[in-house]
Amino acid sequence: MQHARRIGEPILTVEGVSLSFGGVRALQNVSFDVREHEIRAIIGPNGAGKSSMLNVINGVYHPQDGRITFAGKVRHQVDPHEAAERGIARTFQSLALFKGMSVLDNIMTGRNLKMRANLLLQALRIGPALREEIEHRAVVERIIDFLEIQAHRKTPVGRLPYGLQKRVDLARALALEPRVLLLDEPMAGMNLEEKQDMCRFILDVNDQFGTTIVLIEHDMSVVMDISDRVVVLDYGRKIADGTPDAVRADQAVIDAYLGVSH
Amino acid sequence: MLKRNWPVAALIALLVAGLVAPLATGASPAGFYVEVVLGGLMAGVLYSLVALGFVLIFKASGVFNFAQGAMVLFAALSVARMAEVMPWWLAALLAVAIMVALAWLIERLVLRPLVNQEAIALLMATLGVTYFLDGFGQTVWGSDIYEINLGIAKEPVMVLDRLFQGGILVNKEDFVAAVAAAALVAGLALFFQKTPTGRALRAVADDHQAAQSIGIPLNRIWVIVWSVAGVVALVAGVIWGAKLGVQFSISQVALKALPVVILGGFTSVPGAIVGGLIIGVGEKLAEVFLGPVLVKAFDLAGGGIENWFAYMLALLFLLVRPEGLFGEKHIDRV
Repeated sequence: MQHARRIGEPILTVEGVSLSFGGVRALQNVSFDVREHEIRAIIGPNGAGKSSMLNVINGVYHPQDGRITFAGKVRHQVDPHEAAERGIARTFQSLALFKGMSVLDNIMTGRNLKMRANLLLQALRIGPALREEIEHRAVVERIIDFLEIQAHRKTPVGRLPYGLQKRVDLARALALEPRVLLLDEPMAGMNLEEKQDMCRFILDVNDQFGTTIVLIEHDMSVVMDISDRVVVLDYGRKIADGTPDAVRADQAVIDAYLGVSH
Repeated sequence: MLKRNWPVAALIALLVAGLVAPLATGASPAGFYVEVVLGGLMAGVLYSLVALGFVLIFKASGVFNFAQGAMVLFAALSVARMAEVMPWWLAALLAVAIMVALAWLIERLVLRPLVNQEAIALLMATLGVTYFLDGFGQTVWGSDIYEINLGIAKEPVMVLDRLFQGGILVNKEDFVAAVAAAALVAGLALFFQKTPTGRALRAVADDHQAAQSIGIPLNRIWVIVWSVAGVVALVAGVIWGAKLGVQFSISQVALKALPVVILGGFTSVPGAIVGGLIIGVGEKLAEVFLGPVLVKAFDLAGGGIENWFAYMLALLFLLVRPEGLFGEKHIDRV
């Protein structure tokens, strides 16, 4: 699987999206696009609307206004499981793993969508169902190797340290073989070493599987190193959009992060 | 560790002591004791089955399904009445289809409109389903006492008369029922552990949001869970109905399953099974052996212990170990 990292046409376009909860306007008229195979970051101070943006793309929130085009199809509202079916996977900021299940089972759930055998065959574990299970297990094993969690296959996820749980979260999302991977603060709460590992994995995923990545991050330095382009949100509005260097030099961004009297 | 857990340890010790006391003190012949325990286990298996229905639904959808008992009655009534015109196994198969259809209807008409509502709203909704099922079942199938005849001899058989003086009386129907129930439980456990759908069910039970994000459709999972709970109710109903006749009081069995799930833990399948067995055996032993002791000691009338024993035990557990024997301990982050 060797993809030259060729950045392609826009695969995901967000146009004029506005979202409010009662009187709180979480997003106001936000537009940007994500090109195929790129690493796109959404950054901004606390409460800027980053997570809301991700939840809109993923279908958890339904925006009052605006539209989202994914892989050539325009849509106003989707449910999270439809988004997953169409090739959008995500990880969670505060871990949302299946804590009682083993690492292997957690990642296997990511393959559920691709399983076709009916319930009866599954229950009897015969014919197509068994073949299917073996095929999917092979894919999952590759992901486990890729993310270097071989040693923890059978461990219940709840018992793993935080950094490893984050990796399992990523593995489960990868198991969907998504076209677009949404990462919600993948480095939050990690120490330096864990952050470096995670950066490496994100770059490798992008490089080897050609997965388009949209990531939200708090830590500016990390983002600037690995992203191709960056969107900056502040109070629900887009205040900058461009390459890391351009964004870093942008006066509005500096103001938003350091704070100025308006 | 031990220091903080002493109430639990004490309770479990008391439980074990209570279980073996009649035998240890020589209050009863060994054969009779075994007979009482077996009788308790039989009743316990039924409690386990009903409790299992509760636990399955609670785990997967966070709904406390008050209607589980009504589902047992409804399923038993369906089988009993249809068995009048066809072989009982065909009636049972049709009843499975009815329970699946019922699960689908409940998901469509009750759960889906109430998604993301407070737990209390869902509880009230299942209370409504309970009364509807109780009434509707009688409207369709009638309100007399009906029989389910599985074609297995009901006469007790004497076994192990070499080992115990006087032997042990075992009812063959009871024995078959216990084996069938055990097989069902084992089958369900395998289904949950080993199949992709089982994995999806456990995933939904653990985290709704994450499950949706990887493309597991909640609605379909709910239909499956309620169907499984319906089938479990059906088996419980058939066993109960064959033993005691199908009548309205079956619906009340559900209330006995409450202490069982408190004892075993609301989120634990093994808990439901062990809890059911403990309560089944415990209340029989209490009725047979504790009753006479109380009569002698306090000059009471005795009797009736079977009716409150389970609830007292559940109350004790709520005081010292609210999450039950096997339940997940809730630790909230502050």
